[in-house]
Amino acid sequence: MRLSDHEQAMLAGEMGPVRQIALRHQIKVGDFFDAPDFVPVTQAHIMADTESLGEAGVAWLEMLANHSIAERRVCIPTITDPRGTDFTKATVLKQASWMLDLEQRAIDAFVKLGVLMTNTCINYQTVQAATRGEHVAFGDTGVVIYSNSVGGARSNFEGGPSALSAGLTGRTPRYGFHLDSRRQGTLRVRTDWTPTTLNEWGALGAVAGRLAGNYWAVPVIEGIDRAPSSDELKHFGAAMASFGSVALFHMPGVTPEAPTPADAFAGRPAPQAVSIGAGDFEAFYAGYAAAGDKVDVVVFAAPQLSLIEMQQLAGLIDGRHIHPETSLVVTTSPEIKFAADRMGLTARIETAGGIVAAGVCFYQSYAREMAEANGWQRLLTNSAKLVNIIAGYGYKPTLASMERCIDSAVAGKIV
Amino acid sequence: MPIVLKCHRGLGPAVTGTALVAQDNFSARYDLDRLKGTFSRPAHKLCGQSYVGRILVLQTAKGGVASAWMLREMAARGLAPKAIVFDRTNTILAQGAAFAEVAIVDRFEAGDPTTLIRTGDEVRIEPDAGLVTILNRD
Repeated sequence: MRLSDHEQAMLAGEMGPVRQIALRHQIKVGDFFDAPDFVPVTQAHIMADTESLGEAGVAWLEMLANHSIAERRVCIPTITDPRGTDFTKATVLKQASWMLDLEQRAIDAFVKLGVLMTNTCINYQTVQAATRGEHVAFGDTGVVIYSNSVGGARSNFEGGPSALSAGLTGRTPRYGFHLDSRRQGTLRVRTDWTPTTLNEWGALGAVAGRLAGNYWAVPVIEGIDRAPSSDELKHFGAAMASFGSVALFHMPGVTPEAPTPADAFAGRPAPQAVSIGAGDFEAFYAGYAAAGDKVDVVVFAAPQLSLIEMQQLAGLIDGRHIHPETSLVVTTSPEIKFAADRMGLTARIETAGGIVAAGVCFYQSYAREMAEANGWQRLLTNSAKLVNIIAGYGYKPTLASMERCIDSAVAGKIV
Repeated sequence: MPIVLKCHRGLGPAVTGTALVAQDNFSARYDLDRLKGTFSRPAHKLCGQSYVGRILVLQTAKGGVASAWMLREMAARGLAPKAIVFDRTNTILAQGAAFAEVAIVDRFEAGDPTTLIRTGDEVRIEPDAGLVTILNRD
């Protein structure tokens, strides 16, 4: 990689060992992907729940945080993805004290590094959305696909160590979705059906993501007959990223880099469209179907809920009671939780027996240990992303609408 | 003569080990029981098998960004694969391998390595040279 004088100095350790470690890591990654140089970034977003970090990751953060203030502080706004625990909900969710200890150590280290503990995977709805052409280093795949596609920003999937490195150096290797040449459509997907519910948007994203199949694919979605909402595109993108490892899609007429289908393919001939239809969605749902089964836990998460989703949920649950043998877990960002508390939404959900956790997401909260401690197996959710992730943690997931999820939580079985 | 496969220059140390191959994908978060060192996702083609100390040969990296942290923790506990060979990796597994100092290679001249390498093959991975050698076959 070509290095500027500033980067050469950083690599030589003139700005301290922390930035030197960060830049060395970035050069390894940049060389692997044939990056010609670095590109300045304006924000970094770090995925760093302690279930992922483990002792080794937390010890690494503490090593960095142990340097002087001038050497250790990030140099651009650097924010965090959900944490591994909401300390106020740890007891009811039966999380163990060692998890809280590890989490607290990670938080202390991040604060010393100058990281803003936003603890959210919906920063584009709650903190500051990246704008078109803005180069950023974002973590969580749902954040990246939304920022790239809906915002027109430029980010790769940056894992925690790489995102923190970008925060410390203010730059990232110029490869992947920082390049014009990677942002053109590679796959044309046609649907004759515009989803109406969030789980359906997730299912569409999942089916398209499976078709795309890898990180370097850029699906172009045609046939959507209206402008989707932010929450709809959130579930659509998160599922596509989860099922396909996809980081960018275009939706002609909706997303900013594709006013027309021709723009989506940068003027090159569009490939033959792959049609997806009712049969694809039926097959997708059938893979998770479990009508009549006892439901152990109903989860609204992945991504965290917006204020609008919190209101929808509260409206569906008013005056009802969650079945005593079923748990209902809702996760949102700290800022949305404050708003939901202030507006009485949290109280309405809790009165019905739900648990509202802030600054966490279900699968990032020691899901395997929670399953064992609570005896949870059958999980019901309206998040297509979550059904994809959670089976590996020993759950049996089912996907349904928010309405059916609530009806099932009340009945104690999947209705 | 062993079979020599050329690939893009990779990351991490040169290693030799036994291959575990599947025409499937990889995420440390979605697919593994990292406490037991086995594939745990029921739909994964390697479900139930141990990946510890093996040369994992798979098609691509899937799922979220967590694998970037997880490989280092797995390595610290002695429960990591010895190397990861992909047809085409995503950014996360490359970053994770760099952070964990686990060998990783991808982009083979002869095509998808899951069709070239078989489970049980003895394989030498040389990331700096961009070479993978199947030692037990001609």
